[in-house]
Formats: sequence, C-alpha cells, structure tokens
Amino acid sequence: MSIFLNENSKVIVQGMTGSEGRKHTQRMLTSGTAIVGGVNPKKAGSSVDFEGAGVPVFGSVSEAMQETGADVSVIFVPPAGARGAVIEAVDAQIGLAVVITEGIPVHDSTYFWAHAQGGATRIIGPNCPGLISPGRSNAGIIPANITQQGRIGLVSKSGTLTYQMMYELRDIGFSTAIGIGGDPVIGTTHIDALQAFQEDPETEAIVMIGEIGGDAEERAADFIKANVTKPVVGYVAGFTAPEGKTMGHAGAIVSGSAGTAQAKKEALEAAGVRVGKTPSETARLMRELVGA
Amino acid sequence: MDLFEYQARDLLASHGVPVLPGGVAETPDQAEAIAREIGSRVVVKAQVKTGGRGKAGGVKLADDADEARARAQDILGLDIKGHITHRVMVAQASDIAEEYYFSYLLDRANRTFLAMASVEGGMEIEQLAVERPEALARIPVDATVGVDTAKAAEIVDAAGFAPEVRDQVIAIAVQLWDVFAKEDATLVEVNPLAKAPDGTVLALDAKVTLDENAAFRHESHAALEDSASADPLEARAKEKDLNYVKLEGEVGIIGNGAGLVMSTLDVVAYAGEEFGGVKPANFLDIGGGASAEVMANGLEIILSDPAVKSVFVNVFGGITACDAVANGIVSALDILGDEATKPLVVRLDGNNVEEGRRILAEANHPLVTVVDTMDGAARRAAELAA
Repeated sequence: MSIFLNENSKVIVQGMTGSEGRKHTQRMLTSGTAIVGGVNPKKAGSSVDFEGAGVPVFGSVSEAMQETGADVSVIFVPPAGARGAVIEAVDAQIGLAVVITEGIPVHDSTYFWAHAQGGATRIIGPNCPGLISPGRSNAGIIPANITQQGRIGLVSKSGTLTYQMMYELRDIGFSTAIGIGGDPVIGTTHIDALQAFQEDPETEAIVMIGEIGGDAEERAADFIKANVTKPVVGYVAGFTAPEGKTMGHAGAIVSGSAGTAQAKKEALEAAGVRVGKTPSETARLMRELVGA
Repeated sequence: MDLFEYQARDLLASHGVPVLPGGVAETPDQAEAIAREIGSRVVVKAQVKTGGRGKAGGVKLADDADEARARAQDILGLDIKGHITHRVMVAQASDIAEEYYFSYLLDRANRTFLAMASVEGGMEIEQLAVERPEALARIPVDATVGVDTAKAAEIVDAAGFAPEVRDQVIAIAVQLWDVFAKEDATLVEVNPLAKAPDGTVLALDAKVTLDENAAFRHESHAALEDSASADPLEARAKEKDLNYVKLEGEVGIIGNGAGLVMSTLDVVAYAGEEFGGVKPANFLDIGGGASAEVMANGLEIILSDPAVKSVFVNVFGGITACDAVANGIVSALDILGDEATKPLVVRLDGNNVEEGRRILAEANHPLVTVVDTMDGAARRAAELAA
C-alpha cells in the first residue's frame, strides 16, 4: 500500500504541452507512471511524442477522464491560468489534483480551495513537488531515482528537503513521500498526510518536515498526540529566519512572534515527536526508531 | 509587500473609501505647501513600516502651515525602531468622536478570508483580541462569494455598530472588500475607522499588504515598491531575479530550494556557535535549475558583500544533476576571475554526485573545498569565517 497514489493510478497532465509540463511528463513516464493523456483545449485531438510513445491530448479534464479512466491530474499551468485549471479538475470530479505551479496569487488558491469543499477532489499544493510512491507511481517533479519502495512515510512543505531526506534514508525506502508545498494556503495539509500514513498498513514510521510561517505544525502536533500511534520524527527549518522576511516560499514568514521554528519544535516535542537539529540528525533519529 | 500609510490611503481612496485630504512630503517645504493647501489644522505623520510611531515622536499636530513645516523638520530623518523616516504624510486633522476597527485578512489556518470589526478601535488589535475577545467580531468570508451589502451588514451588526453609523460602515465595508479583492491584498486594516463630531465615518489610518504573486495582473503595484530603502544587495539580487535576503552574519549561503536553504542557515548557525558565534550572511535560493549563469550571479552578489568571509554552496541534485551544478560552479568562478577572493565550501549530494565531485576535484580551484556532508560542510564554512 501507499497513500493517495499507487500502481493503478492513471495520470493526466494539465499543461503537458508547455516546456515544464513536457519535461516533467517525460520524467514521470521514465519512472513508470501511467500517463494516459494531456489536456489543452487548443491542441485537442493531437498527441505528443515522448521517446516514441504518443500521449493523446484532450480538450478538457472531463473528456480525458471519460476516454482514459484517469483519476489523477498533475497541473503545470502557469499562475495566470492555474485557478481555472484547478476548478476544471474539481468540476470534473477527478480524485486527486496535484498543483505544481509556483507563484499562484493567494486569492486564487483560497478561491479554488473553497470551490473544492464538499467535492470529490483532493488537492495537493500549490507550489509543491507533488508526491511519489516509489516503484509504483510518481505524480509531479520529485526525482524517482533517489530512493526505493519501503516503509517510511514522508510529508514536507519543502521540495529539496524532501529529496534530502529521501536520500538520507534511501536504503530503508518509502511508502509515499509528499511535498505539500510552501504557500500560505494549500490543499492537503500535514494532518491529512499523517492521518493517511497512520491508516496505511505499509507505513511503519513517519517523517514530518515543517518550516516557519503559520501554525500548521502546531496543529499537526495536536493531531499526532491524539491520533497517531506510529513513530514520528520531525524537522523544522527556519530557526535563523528574521521576523517579517519571506524566505523563498510565499508562506515562510515569521510575523511578530507567530510562526517561529522554535514554537513549532516545542509543540512537536510536547506531542512526543523527536525533532532533529539538522536533516542528517533527523534521519539518524528515524534509523534508531525503525532499527535500521 | 507592505504599503506605507500614504500609499494605503491613496489605494483606499481610489476605491471610494472616505479619507481626509492630505499628501505626502519628502521635505519640510513640501509639507508646508500641503498644509497651506489644506488650510486648517493638520497632523504630520512619519511614514515608516512599523508600529509605535506616536510614542517615538513620529506623529505631531500643527496649527498652521509654518508649524507643519517645523514638525516635518523634526520628524524627517527620525529613526523609529530602526526605520529611518524619509517621508511624512500631512493630513487634515480631525476631531474624533469615536474610534472603531475594521479589517479583512487571509486566515491561513482556516484557508479562508476573515473580516474583523470592533466598535472599540484605537488600541492595538492584538491587545484587544487578548483582553476583550468578545468585543472583536470575527466573521469568515467565503472567497467564492465575497462581501456584498448583506454580508457587510452581517459583519457590522456582529460588531455592534450603532444605528446612526451602521449604513456608513456597511458601505465602507463593501468598499474595503473591493480593495482587498481587486488589489489582491492579504491584509486591509483600518485602525482607527473614526466618527468625526459631525457624524461622518472616515478611515484615518490604514495598513495594506499586497500579494507579490499577483503582481502579474497589477501593473500599478510595481510603483508602490520602496526600492529606496531596500538593502542595496537585496535590490541588486532582485534585478537579477534572485531570491535573496540579507542577514547579519559572515557565512554567505547559496543553495537550491527554499526549505534546504533555510535549513542551511540553521545548520551554519549551529556550527558557528563553536567558532565564536559565526552566523549566516544571507538567504539565497537559486532554485531547481542552478545553471552556471545563475550560480555566477549568485556568487557575484554574495562575494560583493563585505561582511562575507566564507561561502557555503549547498546543493542537492534533484532535477538538476550534480555534474551540471559542479560545472556551474567552475564556470561561475571563471566568469568572476579575480573578483572571487573568498573561500568556498561546496557540498553536493544526490543525482550524479560522484561525477559532480570529480569535476570539482579536477578543476582543483584554490578557493574551493569539497565536503561530503551538509553538517561537515557547515562546520568548515563557519570555521573559515571565524
């Protein structure tokens, strides 16, 4: 098992015909993902060649779903069109929409998140690397060759820290690794992933990576205390970030005394989570927990 | 992006929100001219992006234009919590019968927008929220619906505005929503929203934060940027599209990915404790691509920072392979030539790491040390900066 994404996932790509979309579609195909189509109303009916394999382009998400049985969409549409692309995926009732696009106005992400409430679609992102269930499927831009299938679940706000942690623990392997994104408003949260990992029989232990800004880590700590029986190790980035400065991710900002790394670390530790001082120490803590 | 008060006031006025007449001045002469135009008692207010201006002597009343000039003279140049006052706003002074509070903001935790309103304005809202939470109405606003007259009435009535100002405040609440939604703001806060003795309700002071991700659909927002008081290194980095934040320390940092770079700063600061408190000098995320040109631009900015004594390049080869990153570092050093004078500690991991390390070993640049682990490299960089 894995969470949110498995070997039966059929993936379409919104924005497949753009340069980023094309590059990463090729990478997803190479890593074994079942890419069944792309969406672009202007190029409907055509197909895009990926090293000899033709991937059909459909006029809409719902048409692509009808024709292929797709249940996952990965979205590379640039910021100006991203809100429309997510709404289209939600209205087509696709099961999972993975929004890779960076730089979406927060009014747009707040809008499409509200629009998706009560619907059938789980949104991951925006401004995220997507998720990978190694050996099964890869939806997004996470490099597939870092690690292998295994028993650790990973949820992180940051892309490169996800890769770093996958690399540190590559011999143990991962059930699923999810980058939930660094924007102030995101679809799938740490809590959603923690809950899914808790319920996934293949996942034995969980790494949770957070960073400054907001209070998602504090709320995740409360959730862990009440609901998670599997071992969790944590890491929080941004102890040295100054107040009032955005650190790369739109959501990574300490406002006044709110959103500090110290507060997040303390909340996690109070919930029984062992928090590493560096990514490498965090990996060592995980090794101790799973005896590897 | 946080706006100055005068910018926020102009933005509110452009959406129909009632404000008092006034203008912004960079010299005492200009302040005098604005006061003369207004022709009555004025208030001269320091334009700095921080609170506590009044206590710091940054807000003064003036009875006439000559006095406005004198007060502007006092306030211009004033250091308020580390912010130097380059401009003052000169506005008509208003007698205040009552002070209220009104804001719209992004509620990250609940992934929605929030309206907050109170008939007890004037004090810091954080203080009011703690001391008298029942006096602060908090009404969620659905992003797909927004605020019309009926929603505005719900907010205004929840806050308990008196019948004689209710209609005015409802109208202002709709206008403020217009500012919030149409300008892609993440905060529009009016404190105080004031009732003048004649019963008119006005926005006397406002804070606005605009979403920089929405700049592509707001051409006018670029002009609101305060490039004059930006750190010069940050300004140059911005011109080159680099994601750079200047910090106080001695170890220059380059990495890929916001999370990894934040983590790098922390790891350097921990390692620096051993070497007399050496700290990171900057945040710089060169993103997934990490081409030679971007690497050269980044190195050039960091090496031109006189506070930097050593540089830590920390890259995880994910999408970009380490050999490409290594080639980027080598050609960046070629491009910089004699400008590169400070030691570089490089840590590469991930995709094609062996080849990347081989390229750096072969180049054998006298300034470059390769260290295999992030923690070890941070320690070496801190040691070199001590």
